[in-house]
Amino acid sequence: MLGPFDYGLGLVGFLAEIFVVVCLVYRREFVRYLPLNFYMLCDAFVTCGLFYSVRRFGPSSLTYVYFYYYSDSLLMILMFWVIIKLYQQVFDEMKVSTQIRGAALILIAATALFSYGVVHQNRSNLTGHFVVELGQNLYFVGVVLTYLLWGAILKLRETRTRLIQLVLALGIYFSATAGTYALRNLFPGLQPSLLRWVPPIFGMWLPLAWAYTFTRIPEDARLATARLLEKHQ
Amino acid sequence: MIAALICVSSIAVFLQFFVSYCRSILASSRKVELSARVREVSGIASHDVAADDFARLLQLVRLCPERGDDQTEIRAVGTYYGLLHVLGRVARPLIPGVAAWTEQERRSCSYFAAVALDRRISYSRDLFTQQVAERL
Repeated sequence: MLGPFDYGLGLVGFLAEIFVVVCLVYRREFVRYLPLNFYMLCDAFVTCGLFYSVRRFGPSSLTYVYFYYYSDSLLMILMFWVIIKLYQQVFDEMKVSTQIRGAALILIAATALFSYGVVHQNRSNLTGHFVVELGQNLYFVGVVLTYLLWGAILKLRETRTRLIQLVLALGIYFSATAGTYALRNLFPGLQPSLLRWVPPIFGMWLPLAWAYTFTRIPEDARLATARLLEKHQ
Repeated sequence: MIAALICVSSIAVFLQFFVSYCRSILASSRKVELSARVREVSGIASHDVAADDFARLLQLVRLCPERGDDQTEIRAVGTYYGLLHVLGRVARPLIPGVAAWTEQERRSCSYFAAVALDRRISYSRDLFTQQVAERL
C-alpha cells in the first residue's frame, strides 16, 4: 500500500522535473539540453501514468507493476540518449559523435540480449523476472557509461562545473539504483521494508540535483577536477 | 554471482561519485576569504576553522534570515558532514589514514558553513540598510 511519503516523493520529483524544463526554457537552453529536457518531460508523464494506474488498478495489481518496470526500462533507454549527449559535450573538440552513438547503440542491444539470455535459462518465472533483470542490467550499463564519462572528464581535465555536476549527479543516481536492484535480487526479503524506498528517493534526487545545477551554476563557471580527487585539499 | 558483483561495484562507484559531488559543492567556498566580522561572530578569530565547528556554525547560519538560494547546498554538505563524522569514528581505531582524511574533509565542510554564515550576515546587513533607507 502506498502512503503519504510515497506520494510526497513522487510529487517533489514531478515538480522538480517540470522546474528543470521551465528553467531551461526560460534561459533559452531547451535545445542545447534537448535529450535532458525530453527525458524530464517523459519522466513527469510516466509519474502521472503511475499515479493513474495506482488509483485505477491499485498498487499491487499486475498492471501497475508492469507499467512501473517497463516504463522504467524505457526511461533508462532515453537516459542513454542524455548520456550520449554528455559524451558529445565532453568530446566536442575531437569530432567523434558518430562513433559514440554507434558504441552506445551496440551496448544497449548487447544488454537486452544478455538479459534475455539470463532469463532464458530460468524460464520458470519468465516475464516478472525479466523486467527486474533487465532493469538491473540497464542501470549497471548506466553506471559503467557514467563512470567512463567521469574518467574521460578527469583525463581530459574538463573544467566546466555544470557538466561535472550533471555527470556526478547522474553517477550517484545510477549507482544507487543499480545497487538497489542488485540487492533486491540477492535479498528479496529486504524489498518491502527497506529497498522499495531507494529508487523513489534517488528518482527525486536526480531532478533536484539538476535543478540545483541549472539554477546555481552559471554556464561559464569553472572547476579544476584534479582538486576533487586530492587526498588533502 | 552477477548480482553480487553489480552490488559491490555499484556501492564503490556510488561512494566515489558522492564524495566528488560533495567536494564540487565545497570547492565553490574554498577560494572565498572569510571576513573579520564572521571570524569575530563565530569565535574563530584566533585560529583556523576546525572540523568540530560545523554544528555551531550551522546553528548561527540558521539564526540569520534565509537567502533562499543556499538551502540545498547546506543540506547536502550537512549530510556529507554527518556521514564523514560516522566514518571517522569507525575508522579512527582501525584505519588512521581514513580518519585523518575524514578530519580534513570535515574541516572543509566547516569552512563552507563559515562562508555560508558570512554570506547570510552580509545579506542581513543589506536587508537592514534597505529597511532603514525605506523608512527615511
